[in-house]
Amino acid sequence: MDNSLDVNKKYLLQGNQAIVEGALAAGCRFYAGYPITPSSEIAEEMSLKLPRLGGTFIQMEDELAAMGAIIGASLAGVKSLTATSGPGFSLMQENLGFACMTEVPVVVVNVMRGGPSTGMPTSPAQADVMQARWGTHGDHAVIVMAVSSVSDAYEITIHAFNLSEKYRVPVILLADEIVGHTREAITLPPNKKMEVFNRITPSVPPEWYEPYEDNSRGVPPMAAMGSGYRHHVTGLMHDSKGYPCFRPDVVKAFHKRMYRKLAGGAGDIQMTKSYMLDDAEVAVITFGAVSRSAVRAVKMAREQGIKAGFLQLVTLFPFPKTVVDSLLRQCRAALVPEMNMGQIVREVRAVNNQAVIKQLNRFDGLMITPNQIFEKLMNM
Amino acid sequence: MEKDRYEMRFGGSGGQGVITAAVIMAEAAGVYDGYHVCQTQSYGPQSRGGNSKAELVISRREIDYPKVIKMDCLLAMNQAALDDYFYDFEPNGLLVVDATFVEQTPTSRTISLPFTAMARELGKELVANIIAVGAVARLCGKVSLESVEKAVIARVPAKFRELNEQALIAGIKAAEEVDLDRLPRSIPLEDVYGDPTG
Repeated sequence: MDNSLDVNKKYLLQGNQAIVEGALAAGCRFYAGYPITPSSEIAEEMSLKLPRLGGTFIQMEDELAAMGAIIGASLAGVKSLTATSGPGFSLMQENLGFACMTEVPVVVVNVMRGGPSTGMPTSPAQADVMQARWGTHGDHAVIVMAVSSVSDAYEITIHAFNLSEKYRVPVILLADEIVGHTREAITLPPNKKMEVFNRITPSVPPEWYEPYEDNSRGVPPMAAMGSGYRHHVTGLMHDSKGYPCFRPDVVKAFHKRMYRKLAGGAGDIQMTKSYMLDDAEVAVITFGAVSRSAVRAVKMAREQGIKAGFLQLVTLFPFPKTVVDSLLRQCRAALVPEMNMGQIVREVRAVNNQAVIKQLNRFDGLMITPNQIFEKLMNM
Repeated sequence: MEKDRYEMRFGGSGGQGVITAAVIMAEAAGVYDGYHVCQTQSYGPQSRGGNSKAELVISRREIDYPKVIKMDCLLAMNQAALDDYFYDFEPNGLLVVDATFVEQTPTSRTISLPFTAMARELGKELVANIIAVGAVARLCGKVSLESVEKAVIARVPAKFRELNEQALIAGIKAAEEVDLDRLPRSIPLEDVYGDPTG
């Protein structure tokens, strides 16, 4: 792995910097973006570090172009990243759909701030969850992940690149103002050496290559533009050769393959972290920065003799149904705190068939505190 | 819960360098002294004037909640920051203010040192935050002074290194004059209401 920092040395890093380090370690060598608070440090660090590693940084005229540029770079075979916040993420939706349709691996970071519109640039929120999943139009396959701390920002960014390469799918990485700007002292790589996955390239001769041909995994090998494998890329519905085609059987097979490739990789894609869940009777289920409040609230509840536990959703979509389902069978009640008016709680409720699901929402621009979660837990 | 964290808040107006002060303390404690640290900040419109706040949590254990729950130490660089950020304060906590700008304090248990006036004497008002870092580091005793010095050197431009070192030493010296044991203490609640267990 190419680390731009010294291995085994401790650094004081912001979450946004850790995302950059994770991306570089995963092999990212192209960044196109338009700076926006609270994500700007990602662009800033990338502009310093990419040229030294032989990569390319471009500041684009806007987020529409940024999204277009990273798709182009990825088609040329280079792992690519962009980062933005709410307003910019809205602008990226059209081209994000193009990446979904053409199965181009890219990673898009959204450091969430208070919305809607320009909202509160410097205040945290977690209100773009549903936009991350459904922001671009049409049925589409996409992976959404969320980070909660500086070290986890590094690790999960590597996972995000790996998954996007492995499944030829855009991965949206949600951070929030708290994680993005919190500084913590970490050593890289934090725990274990992490594997880096690169997209599979075709092994057939160029004239046999069909860029969207189905196979057992539903993930066709991807040839880099300029590598001799000529192929057509379009946002129109296309056949296995990449040419526009609206034949019902082709259209149906395309949609099914999109969902099948992610369903087939569920064990790999749907990541969660757990804390004190073994004997838990009451569970806190959340993601992102709120996870840190949840861990403390669980400790406080345990001191009061309440068997509480915590599940951190690292992957938000495809929603980790299996894990949540078994947890909800084990627990009599679950609490879903989020810094929005109730988004991921809908997914939890959709899984549930027996446990009581309570929600705790904060949408005033401040972080949910451990005490807020603890008080709720005491009354469940 | 057993208190396993030392929680600090740094407040001032935009430009007084309170975020830099917090970052230096975080680097000293986290990178050089081997603690777990979490440094957060409130910034934004504040960076164009108005109050600016940084927080730092130091612990021997992994830190869950990254922000201040019960503040052990507040550094206030002006009156407005003191008025705004003096809350959730631990009884007998450490309150350090810049006497140059602070006239009224909420408690007599205050350490008042003229950081900005001292910086002007050194020739550059800008280093008031470094003087304050020296004083706070010495007074709280949570980080080693060598580590703070390393962190300061790592963070400031080379041509201002000497000035910043002087500032740091001036802050440490000023703090050495303070006798913490002679500060007034909060009265334990047991003494007021009686021992709740008795």
